[in-house]
Amino acid sequence: MPKLTIALSGLNNIDSPGPGIPVIRGIRDSKILNPRIIGLAYENLEPGAYMHDLVDKTYKVPYPSDGVEPLLERLKYIQEKEQIDVLIPNFDSELFTFMKSEKTLREIGITTFLPTLNQFEERHKSNLPEYGKKYGVNVPYSEPISSVQDFLQHKEKFEFPVVVKGKFYDAYMAYDLDQLGMYFNKIASKWGLPIVIQEFVKGTEVNVVALGDGKGNTIGAVPMRKTYITDKGKAWGGITLEDPTMLDLTDKIISQTHWRGGMELELIRTAKNGLYLIEINPRLPAWVYLAVAAGQNLPEALVRLALGEEVKPFQGYASGKMFIRYSFDMITDLDEFEKLSTKGEL
Amino acid sequence: MPNTMPKIRKNIAISESGFVFDPLSGESYSLNPLGLEIIHLIKNGQTYEDLSEALLAKYEVDQETFDRYFYDFVAALKQFNLIEVETDA
Repeated sequence: MPKLTIALSGLNNIDSPGPGIPVIRGIRDSKILNPRIIGLAYENLEPGAYMHDLVDKTYKVPYPSDGVEPLLERLKYIQEKEQIDVLIPNFDSELFTFMKSEKTLREIGITTFLPTLNQFEERHKSNLPEYGKKYGVNVPYSEPISSVQDFLQHKEKFEFPVVVKGKFYDAYMAYDLDQLGMYFNKIASKWGLPIVIQEFVKGTEVNVVALGDGKGNTIGAVPMRKTYITDKGKAWGGITLEDPTMLDLTDKIISQTHWRGGMELELIRTAKNGLYLIEINPRLPAWVYLAVAAGQNLPEALVRLALGEEVKPFQGYASGKMFIRYSFDMITDLDEFEKLSTKGEL
Repeated sequence: MPNTMPKIRKNIAISESGFVFDPLSGESYSLNPLGLEIIHLIKNGQTYEDLSEALLAKYEVDQETFDRYFYDFVAALKQFNLIEVETDA
């Protein structure tokens, strides 16, 4: 296959890692693709920028919060130099901007494979109760609030503990109103409003990584249980499961919504084996390489879908496949840091 | 004496070392050699009488004590969802 230039963000391979590096590992494992990997970094110390065995070249890009135009201008500059074929954004917070810019990017030769704006909007945490009703999926009761006063209007509908969630990231369990107020302020100052107050469902957290082709077909799906969770709630270890009910639920969601692109379902399995959907992340998760190792190279399939190829659904995967995350002190030189921080390229 | 012998769930993986993996929950457990032996006898479709007779002949244990331990063992298997749930259908 001719050389394919693929650009990715999410190179922050830190204790709360972005999915960029695991997605790149999947693409590098591909026996079909012949990739040149372009990293898009928001910060000078995103480790992926310095991982030259995985990332061929990295460019700093402005935050989407700085506006669409500066980001597009920067991408046009990068495109002139690199001729990117496929772009895979890996942060929730940048997806809206990239979805809005899909047409402009296509005009300059960059293809993406993202959910539609409607798919993206309706699965928002703040819309989850409507989502559950519309698609016949169990979801915990929740209310979006813009102030603690807002919560007081709904407090009869909740019992403590409740889960306090940011619109993109962060979730804390609050056992009383004081804690709710504290977490409200903490998350709102970082991620803005609204904050979502969600009923706490007791059970085991299980997740599914999946890929939809946009026509209602599930190209692949692998369920996992976190076996080791960090204080930020991130998986530091996990194991693939053989759970037909989780796969049925994934199929149900993808077939009804015609989901396009990668997704992660966050679910709670109760003691009575009920499944509650607590969140849909509209991209491949940081643990996606476990799915690759279990037999479903979802990053490769996503790239092929973006190229307009017909991709057949994966048949099966290995259950009992485990991942154990680890940290590693990568050594680099000051001139590398200097290049990225002063020239914005490495 | 149990009315029916428990059935180990079909997809439960049990290695020769006694390591048990439940692919539905992702949980794993370790069996001691006697637990592993009992599991093998259950999987081989032995009746309780045959199983108990074989183990009483092999180990120094009386029937009453064996019955009690066997019930405890099966209760643990049930608690960990490793055996098929009987339905009234």
